[in-house]
Amino acid sequence: MSSALLEVEDLRVAFTRRGEPDTVAVDGVSFDVEPGEIVGLVGESGCGKSVTSLAVMRLLPERGNRVTGSIRMDGEDLLALSDSAMRERRGRDLSMIFQDPLSSLNPVIPVGLQVTEVLTRHRGMRKDAARREAAELLDRVGIPDPTRRLDSYPHQMSGGMRQRALIAIALACTPRLLIADEPTTALDVTIQAQILDLLEQLVAETGTALVMITHDLGVVAGLCDRVNVLYAGRIVERADRHELFRQPRHPYTHGLLGSIPRLDGPPGVDLAAIRGSVNDNLPWAAPEGGACAFAPRCPRALDVCAEVAPAAERAGTRLLRCHNPVPVTEGAA
Amino acid sequence: MTSLLERRRRRVDELAEASGRSLTADAFQRLRRNPVAIVGAVLVGLFVLVSILAPWLAPHDAATAFPELQRTLRPDSIPGAQPGFPLGSDQNGRDFFSRMILASRQTLLVGVLATLIGLVFGVLIGALAGAFGGWVDTVLMRVTDVLLSIPSLLLAISIAALAAKPSQTTVIIAVALVSVPVFARLLRGSMLAQRESDHVLAATSLGVRRRAIVLRHMLPNAMGPVIVQATLTLATSILDAAALSFLGLGDGDPARAEWGLMLANAQSYLDVRAALAFWPAIAIILVALGFTLLGEALREALDPKGRR
Repeated sequence: MSSALLEVEDLRVAFTRRGEPDTVAVDGVSFDVEPGEIVGLVGESGCGKSVTSLAVMRLLPERGNRVTGSIRMDGEDLLALSDSAMRERRGRDLSMIFQDPLSSLNPVIPVGLQVTEVLTRHRGMRKDAARREAAELLDRVGIPDPTRRLDSYPHQMSGGMRQRALIAIALACTPRLLIADEPTTALDVTIQAQILDLLEQLVAETGTALVMITHDLGVVAGLCDRVNVLYAGRIVERADRHELFRQPRHPYTHGLLGSIPRLDGPPGVDLAAIRGSVNDNLPWAAPEGGACAFAPRCPRALDVCAEVAPAAERAGTRLLRCHNPVPVTEGAA
Repeated sequence: MTSLLERRRRRVDELAEASGRSLTADAFQRLRRNPVAIVGAVLVGLFVLVSILAPWLAPHDAATAFPELQRTLRPDSIPGAQPGFPLGSDQNGRDFFSRMILASRQTLLVGVLATLIGLVFGVLIGALAGAFGGWVDTVLMRVTDVLLSIPSLLLAISIAALAAKPSQTTVIIAVALVSVPVFARLLRGSMLAQRESDHVLAATSLGVRRRAIVLRHMLPNAMGPVIVQATLTLATSILDAAALSFLGLGDGDPARAEWGLMLANAQSYLDVRAALAFWPAIAIILVALGFTLLGEALREALDPKGRR
């Protein structure tokens, strides 16, 4: 048994439709999260990052999909738990923050009640004790005048305040794992930074491990210990944050980093774009050997890329899935 | 120049005020600015006021026949307005004005009770179907579809005709049953929409119990359209109840004052004294119109798309 808090192994999620071939959203994803660690799950739209997080929380719809593999938390397979056992763990051992803070709060009941609901549910608190604790939680996430805010409705709060309230709710029972699915996408840039700071500070205080799902490499650079880069449902590269940013090896990661404007870059140079879109992907698995899904868009594609699906190879702490990785530059690695 | 500045300032003030308002207060604000709503509210308000104060407003009893009216009463001539009897006599020598006023109570009682009963059962069925889904949903909704496929008045007539002895209660039950499938369908739809909503997913991700999710997170959010429908249903319930009485499926006691029944009894005297049919008909139309206008305005006011 390893010491990992969460071990996701060979997770596959396929959406099924009668009379049509399955749509494989997550295709054999494996990663683990150590206690207290911040792990990034990065990728573009449709690469399977949200589906992965919903699968870990077991929040995918009951019908119309097939989840295989294993998701172990403390060595216990979450996929094998009964619905009621899973419901006990949600909010207490692992919880989640969603993208849109307005639609994630119930519009017709005050925010305070939504905080105390979790406290009475999982920590068996009485009404008045829960209310005091809720005010303290709101205070801890930096909401001014927390006692008064308990009676506010979501629409009376600003976007940043709502996301703070959601963080307070998610962390109310000090879960050991928090999954944040693009928590800053719906916020403007200054608030984004505040929320990220808050998240970082809170997980450090409580020892909660954080899985940060994002398409924003800036978020990853500022926050994550380790980064998983997802492409078309598979992890194509995994590395420590510093290693990944200093020396991206997968052409996709390389392209992503190259597409970010830099303040210290030379002026007048066009940003590098990754050609094509997800629609141009090849299927990873095919009857005759498969392919690299990224091959049609890849500037470094070889003939072999369209014929054999690259296997995940480990080199030290790095994991790489590529036939022709970007060479290590002198003095960098 | 000043006027533009003034206008802009007022607009800024308005916006600042609006940002702190609740959804309900905001809807009420828009309701007050809507002339349709005001007309509806005035009609409904008058009707409710008259029916509550009816015993004090009506100068006479509904069942008593007055000798001074009966003296001039002939099969081919019914006395009109005279001192003490502003609308004259009815076909039995009773005070028509008092009967008109007292009948409003019957109408309000039947309309409100029928709508409430329909609402309760409709909400129950719709909530069950929307919360559980699966075969529960399928069974409940197919039954609802069958009921919806029958024209509402025809259904109400059939149900009322099933009763051994027509009475006020059978009218209420028949009219209520007709509105059940409407409420059920409506609530089920908005419950299903709630089930897919982000905040329900978020509540689920916190391990909130299913009962709490349905009762606290789904149902209150799904009730909006149902409440609006209830206002509109009040209008149709009143019309349906009057129609049932008119067709002789209500309590046939001629002493009872009820607009539908009065209308039915006035039929044989149309050529003698048309006012006997005119006033009950106008009353039914105005009340139904009032509830419809108010309901439509309410729906518009609560529609989030109408919000600025």
